[in-house]
Amino acid sequence: MAAKRKTPVRTRNPDLIRGVGKYSRSKMYHKRGLWAIKAKNGGVFPRHDPKPKPPAAAEKAPKFYPADDVKKPLLNKRKPKPTKLRASITPGTVLILLAGRFMGKRVVFLKQLASGLLLVTGPFKINGVPLRRVNQSYVIATSTKVDISGVNIEKFDDKYFAKAVEKKKKKGEGEFFEAEKEDKKKLPEDKKEDQKAVDASLIKSIEGVPDLKAYLAARFSLKSGMKPHELVF
Amino acid sequence: MPFKRYVEIGRVALVNYGKDYGKLVVIVDVVDQNRALVDAPDMVRSQMNFKRLTLTDIKIDINRVPKKKTLIDAMEKADVKNKWESSSWGRKLIVQKRRASLNDFDRFKLMLAKIKRAGIVRQELAKLKKETAA
Repeated sequence: MAAKRKTPVRTRNPDLIRGVGKYSRSKMYHKRGLWAIKAKNGGVFPRHDPKPKPPAAAEKAPKFYPADDVKKPLLNKRKPKPTKLRASITPGTVLILLAGRFMGKRVVFLKQLASGLLLVTGPFKINGVPLRRVNQSYVIATSTKVDISGVNIEKFDDKYFAKAVEKKKKKGEGEFFEAEKEDKKKLPEDKKEDQKAVDASLIKSIEGVPDLKAYLAARFSLKSGMKPHELVF
Repeated sequence: MPFKRYVEIGRVALVNYGKDYGKLVVIVDVVDQNRALVDAPDMVRSQMNFKRLTLTDIKIDINRVPKKKTLIDAMEKADVKNKWESSSWGRKLIVQKRRASLNDFDRFKLMLAKIKRAGIVRQELAKLKKETAA
């Protein structure tokens, strides 16, 4: 095959309106220089014979034909895109959580993970919200931003938050009705260390702004007279 | 109770309905019983029903249908902007706009400030009560 052009071909036949070109077939024949190609090739258009292909392997008749014809489902090549992040949510934005255990808490946004969920932290020392994933739909973005430049969040991804796999214990009949003697799952030390590392520089930049620490520690609630559609967040 | 604010050429009015809501305009001519020709430095001269206007106390000195430049100069001379912003009505509108544009963080800081002020007032009141009781 010929080498690829560096610039894409600009069509030599501009549109008058959609579907109608400016030049007729005979004019285009002349413009494209097909007469010159023919002349170079002795009056006929150059023809390339197909390359000899290696003979295809002989196909055996299948051993088994199904009784009824089964329809094959159509091929689906769709690749889901990551959730579009709202323009108001940038790293360091203070978000208000709207649902779940930490409903009403104001937290700091760190980054969007590959699954589309938002990585968020309290910071833990300020309002008890740990490094956590949160869905964009259950969040109000405020216009308050915190300086997040000193934080290293490269290592956090969806796999970090996956549930730890437990070994399955074989239950004998006698143990069936006995309550499982397990203490409450303790949080592994390295997760606590990660939390402290992320929060250290965050807390320093938060304490630089007056009242911001108390703001993050307080919960948001709608009071009498507040109209959410008129509030500026 | 006689009327004090009249519809006249040069009367400054506040638009209370429509696309130009909240703007200060000057009545430049009267079209008929219900409509006036109004103009402001930042809008195209147009007619408006009187029902869309609320008259203010401010009046400027212009002839009927002045040129835009003349109108702007007359407004500068009468100092309409400053008179409006120092009037109690104008100040109230400015405060309303400021309150509506408060951020969530601003509202939190406002709450802290109100609590602080109330605390100080209560302390002073307690002091005064003690003095009168004694």
